[in-house]
Amino acid sequence: MMKEDVEYWRWQEYHRVFSNKQWKNKDIITAGVDVGSVGSKAAIMIDGEIYSWGIMRTGSNSPESAVKALNWALEDTGLRTSDLKYVVGTGYGRVNVPMANKAITEIACHAKGANYIWGPSVRTVLDVGGQDIKAIRIDETGRVASFLMNDKCAAGTGRGMEVFADLLKIPIEEIGKESLDIDAEPEPVSCTCVAFAKTEAMGLLRKGWSKEKVLAAYTRAMAVRMANLINRVGLERELVITGGQSKNIGIVTRIENILGIKTLPTPDWRGDGLDPMVAGAIGAALLGKALYEKAQKT
Amino acid sequence: MGTQSVKTLILKDGKVLARSKAFSGFEPSKAAEETLAKALAKAKLTKLDLDHVTATGSGMEMALVSDSTVSMMGADARAGVWLFPTGRTIIDVGAEEARAVKCDENGIMIDFVVNERCAAGAGAFIEAMARALEVKLEEMGPLSLKAERASPINASCVIFGESDVVTLIHRQESKPEIARAVFDAMADRVSSMLFRLGLTPEIVLVGGAAKDVGFVASLKRKIGVEVLIPEFPEFAGALGAALTAANRVR
Repeated sequence: MMKEDVEYWRWQEYHRVFSNKQWKNKDIITAGVDVGSVGSKAAIMIDGEIYSWGIMRTGSNSPESAVKALNWALEDTGLRTSDLKYVVGTGYGRVNVPMANKAITEIACHAKGANYIWGPSVRTVLDVGGQDIKAIRIDETGRVASFLMNDKCAAGTGRGMEVFADLLKIPIEEIGKESLDIDAEPEPVSCTCVAFAKTEAMGLLRKGWSKEKVLAAYTRAMAVRMANLINRVGLERELVITGGQSKNIGIVTRIENILGIKTLPTPDWRGDGLDPMVAGAIGAALLGKALYEKAQKT
Repeated sequence: MGTQSVKTLILKDGKVLARSKAFSGFEPSKAAEETLAKALAKAKLTKLDLDHVTATGSGMEMALVSDSTVSMMGADARAGVWLFPTGRTIIDVGAEEARAVKCDENGIMIDFVVNERCAAGAGAFIEAMARALEVKLEEMGPLSLKAERASPINASCVIFGESDVVTLIHRQESKPEIARAVFDAMADRVSSMLFRLGLTPEIVLVGGAAKDVGFVASLKRKIGVEVLIPEFPEFAGALGAALTAANRVR
């Protein structure tokens, strides 16, 4: 099911079909397409239950990325785009999803998706995307109560992490593990600005710091920034992390240390668990189902 | 003691005798000594002739040659009003920091705002974008003046700005328009800082970025008023420190 042969150095693009599930024509089949700045995700749901998804890098053309991601989610399912009762676009490129019946902000979609993945106990969602970070308070139904967003600055975002992966020549999927491979946690870098932090990191390397130690100092600073955003929106248990950085164990561990609480664990997405990167697309498909049903009634 | 370069200036009885500048490098204290030695040689003086040495800038505590220090804001205020007696708002845009200082007719600081934690809105922004554009830093300004409009780029962050510039290059947008966008973006950041402080005329612009015609044009367009620029804008901090030193001798 996972395409092991398609490996990219940044992160793995893959698709998944839960083939134990069957769809019938009378089912309400909906899709969510989340076009992020770095990744495009699409999820297909049957009567509000996850059926398949696809994740790939966003290209320079948003509409094309949306179509590709959706087609990948549809692959091996026997479904065609015309079988979809309702499609919701979300994410940074949500207005550029050609087949969408509606566009909904990624805040509402991540809230709904987190509620689906982890259940009704979730109250705080940290979504770390490619170019922004959001802290979202939600109720037991996955509805947004309030949120805070940082979208003008690369500090703490996936893009900022890519810059450091490049600088230290460590594959992005390993930076979390590597950042924990240290004897003692160093002081965080003093600059949160990624441009300045890069200069600072080069100085630390010259001073003889190991790559892992420099990465730890940077990851720590970014985790502090994320924890601050969570504290400002108001931390209430349970806390979960969505988006690409939910897979960065260095970030997750440090956020837990700083806040003094455990997050609900990231599901085993390489096995049969749901991928927290798809939370936005899942939420979009769920909201799509509700919108479809509402339209049928009237 | 700037983040990128160290500037030394010698003042005698209210007249500038000499200026000297060097890269801060890894040992700013050494750069400070070197520039002081050079300035002294130009002025045909020795260290013993100096009554008082005051240091300023983000690395001021590394200037071992100094007798005292003065805040960057205090130095800017003093220098701005000394250079232009009608100046009441002094904007200082350096390599990694930017600030705006409101002051009275005596060059005493009343209020200030700073940007010191973010590379957007400081000279580092232009440098990074020039690299992405593959244009020499000093060519950015003249290039931007050839543009009729600005290309859209993410104004708020060097990292996002860099990716935007690369995308624009791939789309074969013209370089002057991208360069103009870079300066507009930076002027946006600086002017938003300025609007927080309030625009009290006249406006004096100092710091290394004041030498960049592209940035000056964008800033003027943005704030809609004339700005006064001294002949050696990057020495304003050093001048302010020297003026402070003169006060401390008396």
